[in-house]
Amino acid sequence: MTAVALTVENLTVRVGPIAAVQGVSFQLAAGKRTGLIGESGSGKTLTALALLSLLPDTLSASGHVIYEGMDLLTLNERALCRLRGDRLAMIFQEPMTALNPVMKIGQQVAEPLQLHRGLSAAAAQAAALRMLEHVRIPDAAEKMHAYPHQLSGGQRQRAMIAMAMACSPAILIADEPTTALDVTVQAQILHLLSDLVDEHGSTLLLITHDLPVVATVCERVIVLYGGHIVEEGTVDDVFSAPRHPYTRALLDAIPALDEELPSRKLAAIPGSVPGLGQFPPGCPFRNRCPRATHVCETMPALEGDGHRAACWHPLP
Amino acid sequence: MRRVPPTLIAGGVLVGLVIVAAAISLIWTPADPGHVEVSQRFRPPGDAFALGTDNLGRDVLSRLMVGARNTLLIGIVTVLIAAGLGVPLGGIAALYRGPFEAATMRLADVLLAFPAILLAMLFAAVFRPSTVTAMAAIGIALVPVFARVVRGAGLQVMEQDYVTVARTYGSGQLWIFAHHLLPNVGSVLIVQATVAFAIAILAEAALSYLGLGAPQTTPSWGRMLSEAQSFLSQAPLLALWPGLSIALAVLGFNLLGDGLRDLLDPKLVERVAAQA
Repeated sequence: MTAVALTVENLTVRVGPIAAVQGVSFQLAAGKRTGLIGESGSGKTLTALALLSLLPDTLSASGHVIYEGMDLLTLNERALCRLRGDRLAMIFQEPMTALNPVMKIGQQVAEPLQLHRGLSAAAAQAAALRMLEHVRIPDAAEKMHAYPHQLSGGQRQRAMIAMAMACSPAILIADEPTTALDVTVQAQILHLLSDLVDEHGSTLLLITHDLPVVATVCERVIVLYGGHIVEEGTVDDVFSAPRHPYTRALLDAIPALDEELPSRKLAAIPGSVPGLGQFPPGCPFRNRCPRATHVCETMPALEGDGHRAACWHPLP
Repeated sequence: MRRVPPTLIAGGVLVGLVIVAAAISLIWTPADPGHVEVSQRFRPPGDAFALGTDNLGRDVLSRLMVGARNTLLIGIVTVLIAAGLGVPLGGIAALYRGPFEAATMRLADVLLAFPAILLAMLFAAVFRPSTVTAMAAIGIALVPVFARVVRGAGLQVMEQDYVTVARTYGSGQLWIFAHHLLPNVGSVLIVQATVAFAIAILAEAALSYLGLGAPQTTPSWGRMLSEAQSFLSQAPLLALWPGLSIALAVLGFNLLGDGLRDLLDPKLVERVAAQA
């Protein structure tokens, strides 16, 4: 068993009385890249924010998020501020709004270094320039003095990655880092992300709804539906032999590359994701599942060794 | 290149005039503003005295120039007091929310409901009438204006993604206030400061007029106006000059504020352009 970078135990996030994330437990193996897959509303982003103890005041989290023996959910704000950005970092989906519009790029990338490394403004600027060059922003020296609106989407996301990786964090959480980008830029950003994570020996949690992205970048995958983990395992196992009907349905929805379209109707999952609090009790997928029976009215446990699935009627 | 709003130019010219007059008065005035020459009372504007003389034969232009200094000093100190207290209060309210925010804002409501002049009269009664008490009273009366503006703009900033991002890399509240909140409410603050400046000038003139502001020996526009009142039938122009000065200075700062708002708020410019 490899070392564990982060342990999540029974994490529940409540929006008022409704649990949006319900008793999620998983571990991130140190230095490995794990994908967290789910549709909109499955609780991906809330899980990510909860890992950094950054949920807005209106939401409450219970359970444990253990990093190096510390429970991040009960840690005080001072200690959290020291960890965030230094040991734990995060990248967001929207590079358009994630940068301060009135601050120069160089200054923003330098901020984490000033906060955690105690660098002087000049030293932090120099380090920021190296980071910008490292994430392959063209004309980095010039872009240091640019404002966010003067950069393209891809460049902004590179700047965000530079900020997140500035202190070579132990754990990097990337929340849909490529969703807002062009497909060609997506591939570049993903490459960059994998390279940097390898180089710094960081653990990556990649949150996405894009299955091929997980397949190319990650080693392990966690599938989230309705706030529950429905399947978890290595990318090879889960993608080649999914055991949960939801995972199966997701994979079926991807058309093959060599397929002449529209030679067939694309497979779709019947119905749509219920709104928050409208999931059926028991297995959240049972109202859309072709294999559902009466037993599904109680939530099955996540079972299996290495490749786990939460289903009463797992696929063979 | 964005077009400079005409209000900004007009406001800039008027405010510039006040500043230039005050600056020149530091090194040169046409005559000694305090020099009493009873034989020269009520001289009409002319060669010897550009704007004439007052009831004690003092040169009106010189007194106006020195009065501009007083006006600017009052405006600057007042705005500094108001912003110095109001910005942190509004900022903390936006950052921490909760009971502190509620308490600050209700206190601001109470203070806003209380006229600045009344507060200044209270201060003058408790301490003694002076420029300092006038500045302190007007400054404190304007604190809620800044606190509310910063809180409002701050709440908007706190909802932005970049603040969440700043939290993910370990920024504390103070850091977010200084590095993200303040720069983003800067433009609103500048506009508010110019408007507060105009209010302060007007309030000080009113206080001096009532004899609660600058001491008798300091030339001030409000006091000149009040003194001229007694000789309105004899020398109506005496009241015109300080009155005009106050009106133009206040107009100047208001226009400057309007112009700056147009210049610093690109959204407004686009809206206006779309309508045109």
